[in-house]
Amino acid sequence: MIVAERKPMAEIIGMVKDCSKVLVLACRGCVTVCSAGGEREAAALASLIRLGMKKEGKTIQVIEGSLVRQCDKEYIDAIDEWDGQYDAIVSTACGVGVNFIANLRKATIVYPALNTTFFGGSAEQGIWTEQCAGCGNCVLHLTGGLCPVARCAKSLMNGPCGGSVGGRCEINKNTECIWQSIHDRLGSFGNQSQMKAIAPIRDWSTAGHGGPRKTVRDDLTL
Amino acid sequence: MSFEPKITLFSCHYASQQSCAEKGKELSQLGFPTSITLVRVPCTGKVQVTTLLQAFEDGADGVYVVGCPVDGCHNVKGSVRAAKRVTAVKKALEELDVESGRIEMFHLPRGLHPEFVAAGIAMDKKIRALGPSPFQS
Repeated sequence: MIVAERKPMAEIIGMVKDCSKVLVLACRGCVTVCSAGGEREAAALASLIRLGMKKEGKTIQVIEGSLVRQCDKEYIDAIDEWDGQYDAIVSTACGVGVNFIANLRKATIVYPALNTTFFGGSAEQGIWTEQCAGCGNCVLHLTGGLCPVARCAKSLMNGPCGGSVGGRCEINKNTECIWQSIHDRLGSFGNQSQMKAIAPIRDWSTAGHGGPRKTVRDDLTL
Repeated sequence: MSFEPKITLFSCHYASQQSCAEKGKELSQLGFPTSITLVRVPCTGKVQVTTLLQAFEDGADGVYVVGCPVDGCHNVKGSVRAAKRVTAVKKALEELDVESGRIEMFHLPRGLHPEFVAAGIAMDKKIRALGPSPFQS
């Protein structure tokens, strides 16, 4: 899922300080699962906006809404329901949702309530970790299913770098050396000789270095 | 100018049994502050962040939660969950540049005991020292 976390309240209050009415718009997709921007978090944010503005001696009307997702046109269209009821939307979706609203609602001011952080999973309750960098050229079949692009601090393709100690990364001791883990995992399958294969120089154009990426499926387009 | 605080207490069914003693009169007889409005809940684990924030929106100068002891919650983890939500609201108050001490968590044993009254007196004293809520318009 896409993992995100709420922006500092001072930043959000700064966005809405000149508004008299805002729509806090939750997303029931990834950010609900990572407890950053679902209906419950949006309700708390709405309350904090009201309190924050009140503290500044201002009043603001905050209404709450939610969409199934904010990354599909057909769901964005549902914003019509609140037309005329807000000066700006404060979206608790990931950055994709904010962009989609901006793309599709030319006259609507939209602000991001979250910082979108990474593609990850829930390692345990309340803890999420980055697992994938969305680089567009997956090598997981060569690395025992563990991603060196996202999980090696240096995104090395021919690791380990030599700086890790006791299986911990030299950049951050709280981070496992993913190349150590790749070695150990391949070894558990009797396959560690795969580590000796030299990965070629990588073409990073699929990773966004060639500009925004786009996927077209001719079998699905109308 | 004198300041009479409004304090909202969310207490679990078990930790606030004292409020029922002597037909509800025992607390006042023991000096439980009149500034405190008690909201009994089946378990403090059910108290959401939004519930606590709403209390401030409704005009509370201070809010506190009384739940079971950490290692003796009737519902196993309810009071621990409540404590985490209180901590989350403390952080949010700090983000709004408001004293985090306006909300507190207490873990108290169930039944009739002086600590329940003492917690109320301590909270009343603290909120009187902090003054009116900055969220009052």
